[in-house]
Amino acid sequence: MPEGKTKKSGAVMVLGGGIAGVQTTLDLADLGYYVYLVEKKASIGGVMAQLDKTFPTNDCSL
Amino acid sequence: MVEAGRSPNIEILTSARLETLEGEPGRFTAGVHQEPRFIDDDKCTACGTCTMYCPMPIVDLYNERLNITRAPHIDYVQAIPSSYYIDPKACLRINYETCNLCAQTCTAQAIDFSQKPRKLSLDIGAVVLAPGFGRTDRSVLEKYGYGRFLDVVTSMEFERLTCTSGPTEGHIVRLSDKKPLKKIAFLQCVGSRDETCGNGYCSTVCCMYAIKEASVAKEHDQDLDIALFFMDVRTQGKGFDAARERAEEKCGLRVIRARIPMVDQVDGQLALTWTTDEGKSCSELFDMVVLSEGLNAPKDAKTIAEIAGIELNHYEFCKTSVDSPLAASRDGVYVAGAFQGPKDIPESVTQASGVAAMASELLSEVRNTRTVTISYPEEDKALASEEPRIGVFVCHCGSNIAGVVDVKAVRDYAGTLPGVVFCEDALYSCSQDALKGIADKIKANRLNRVVIAACSPRTHEPLFQETLKSIGLNPALIEMANIRDQCSWVHSREPKAATEKAKDLVRMAVAKAGLLEPLEQTTVDVFPTALVIGGGAAGMTAALSIADQGFECVLVERSDQLGGNLRRLVWTMDGKETSKVLDDLIKRVDGHPRVRIMLQAQVDDVSGFLGNFTSSIVQGEQAVVVDHGVIVIATGGKEYCPKSYQYGKNNRVITQLELEASLAKGKGVLKNVKNVVMIQCVGSRGEDMSHCSRLCCTQAIKNALRLKEIKPNLRIYCLYRDMRTYGFYEDLFREARKKGVIFIRYKPDRRPQVIEQDRKIKVRVFDRLLKDEIDISACLVVLSVGIAPGDNEVLAKVIKTPLTPEGFFLEAHVKLRPVELASEGIYLCGLAHGPKCLDESIAQAKAAAAKAAIPLAKGKAAVAPIVSRVDRDACIGCGICESLCPFNAIRLFKVNKRRKAETITASCKGCGICASHCPTLAISMGGFTDEAIMAQIHAFAGEKCI
Repeated sequence: MPEGKTKKSGAVMVLGGGIAGVQTTLDLADLGYYVYLVEKKASIGGVMAQLDKTFPTNDCSL
Repeated sequence: MVEAGRSPNIEILTSARLETLEGEPGRFTAGVHQEPRFIDDDKCTACGTCTMYCPMPIVDLYNERLNITRAPHIDYVQAIPSSYYIDPKACLRINYETCNLCAQTCTAQAIDFSQKPRKLSLDIGAVVLAPGFGRTDRSVLEKYGYGRFLDVVTSMEFERLTCTSGPTEGHIVRLSDKKPLKKIAFLQCVGSRDETCGNGYCSTVCCMYAIKEASVAKEHDQDLDIALFFMDVRTQGKGFDAARERAEEKCGLRVIRARIPMVDQVDGQLALTWTTDEGKSCSELFDMVVLSEGLNAPKDAKTIAEIAGIELNHYEFCKTSVDSPLAASRDGVYVAGAFQGPKDIPESVTQASGVAAMASELLSEVRNTRTVTISYPEEDKALASEEPRIGVFVCHCGSNIAGVVDVKAVRDYAGTLPGVVFCEDALYSCSQDALKGIADKIKANRLNRVVIAACSPRTHEPLFQETLKSIGLNPALIEMANIRDQCSWVHSREPKAATEKAKDLVRMAVAKAGLLEPLEQTTVDVFPTALVIGGGAAGMTAALSIADQGFECVLVERSDQLGGNLRRLVWTMDGKETSKVLDDLIKRVDGHPRVRIMLQAQVDDVSGFLGNFTSSIVQGEQAVVVDHGVIVIATGGKEYCPKSYQYGKNNRVITQLELEASLAKGKGVLKNVKNVVMIQCVGSRGEDMSHCSRLCCTQAIKNALRLKEIKPNLRIYCLYRDMRTYGFYEDLFREARKKGVIFIRYKPDRRPQVIEQDRKIKVRVFDRLLKDEIDISACLVVLSVGIAPGDNEVLAKVIKTPLTPEGFFLEAHVKLRPVELASEGIYLCGLAHGPKCLDESIAQAKAAAAKAAIPLAKGKAAVAPIVSRVDRDACIGCGICESLCPFNAIRLFKVNKRRKAETITASCKGCGICASHCPTLAISMGGFTDEAIMAQIHAFAGEKCI
């Protein structure tokens, strides 16, 4: 196929399911893209899920 | 997170890693290897039986190895995916073909040992790298006695100890003897700002989390004595200084400025020795020492870089540049979060939205080609109109609620209330399996009104509403009782009274729920244009991104040229000439077919709502009317103008920006200059403005290094309070020290003075080591003045939005919605949000562009159903409501020659001002009718009267 004519894909891969990866994933899905969220652990959430509360508002992190 | 678990357009691949990445921007093929979970996601009910029966204990990594779990387990109750998985390394069945107990006891038959690893090939247009950060090496921790002394713990371990879902259920005890403790020390900069372990950078977040952990510990036990050992206190984020001061004051934390070299043990306690700023030697014993470990590059950074074909920086974080902070070195590969550099949650969330914009720019032409839309079952109107059948669901929130409130008693009490036909309690009502349970119970019991007694509707109501929608119930038929914030949190020391109050709140919610009526969910079309206010770096970046994502954009700039504050900056922090960045931005904005630039223009009036704004923009003599769907505020900030330090009186006293400007012209400014004194925090941190201006420390060092480069034998003094060269900027700070810049710390109550004597200037400062004032003669005094907010009041009034006490625009939520305003459809970036560096402004502008593009891309916006409604028969047309409505959402019109009020549904924010002022009670609020509120009040009083 000649260059430039290859059709782009409307999907995005996000590597890492911590707070940054999850937020990117949600925004991309909202923007009209299919997202593969690739996480090396068995659940998403990353380090933020281990935090009890967060600075400065002391909100629950989940 | 739960949202990600529910979307049909998000596929979560857990236990998976990237193996290959071929192709080009727009069309990549990613090879992904996925390990099996050995438990079927669809069948698992997360009941926990498998964990109970498994004979193989393993360390619980989620709890920082402080606990044990079993081979089949779930990381934590609210985990997504909400199914359990088996650790293949520990499982007897997998390794030795014995046991199989879990499979035999699982009633859902979810255990599946036939699962094999999968190789996936994903067709994707772009890649986002967000692998987070790595942990501090054990060898670094061991220098502080970690491993040798049980009571030396890492900050992450301490975090789990304070957490109610942690190994001690939130009881803070010494790990050595499990006894409560009295004295804790926090050691900062462990594995950060330390060249000996290869981490010369500052990890940026540890100061904040240490203060948080210390204050959480204090909440647990007010008698704790907590000392924090800082080098510099780096709380430079928006509002962070204020939060820190509140915490220090409220909790009585001891802040000590010293770096502890080692930890020793004396009589079962931990001994710390240090030297103060004043040169005094001190030592003290503590029960526990918490090591505030820094953020490392991810362990697998090199592998990721190799596979993804990107470059790393010298600390093995992803390499990016100031003018393009979210792009990795390979086109079509973007980076967000801590992998780009150590950063806190708000910054990570901002970058995350920013990269979404970058990917969206690249792929705008194929938007919506791979996605599907969710359809909800039709609403069961008949069920909703039947006699109320109320279900009450009471949440434990782990022990967040149940630790104080007797949840089961509340549940049983709810069962006795009129109209309640079902009640239940759940460990975490918001977890995916609990939500599914709620949906099932609603269906099975034909419930048509639901009460959730849990946390705040502000954060969780949408989630429960979504559950109702998914089974054909109108989302307005739910009522929440906030028994966490209003009971267990505020009355944590009075469990009995808290439980009684929880019962009161549930009774009131039930009374109200009985009178809830379905509300119609309407949508409005979104006008596919964005209005960007402000033509500086942030505004131009946002406008370009929105336009590149395929939408029209109007860029309004007050002055006669684009560029804003970027015009005054000469060099970026990474040494590039800003003029190139500026020229490139202007060229791209100027030539963009979808960007309309309006110079010397100001927004005079804004009316409308998300999707349908109309603004009047004054340009010269003319007023132009622009229709648009969203607004991005990028109005910038300004250099603070000093009122003291002889500024304006003596031309040898200048600001950092003025120094840059004159250096750009040549070396003239340094003629006959031998001594330069820089003064930090001029105007900032309590002098005239309360906030920290974030960038002045790095800016001063950048300029000091530039001066040293031009004139190596120049003597430079820098008088500071805390050097806040966070992240990789710490490298510059170290270089400055190596090159001989002299740093002298001053106390806020003894600020330096600039004195003019015999036409010479000297700077007087108190030296702590000498315990005396010293005079430094200065040929040039450079003031590091902060960033003051722009003239935000006018615009804030026009768009009816609040400002922070410092005068910057207030975002909807510091962490979760850092670039959105509380009013829908309005987004925020750059200095208008708060002081920040150029790269941060650019990332934030991209984030605002992503958020603004979401409604534009959807083309439709849902209108919040809580709006006012006028009963036309009862309305006397007095017009009080119209005059009071802050959103211009009520208009008067004539019916049969009589004036009547009417709500403009799409503009209404549901504030209720109209309803509360209507003399004939003709206005009612959706979801908050007079009858329902009265019933709620009577339910409260009724019980008390009896």
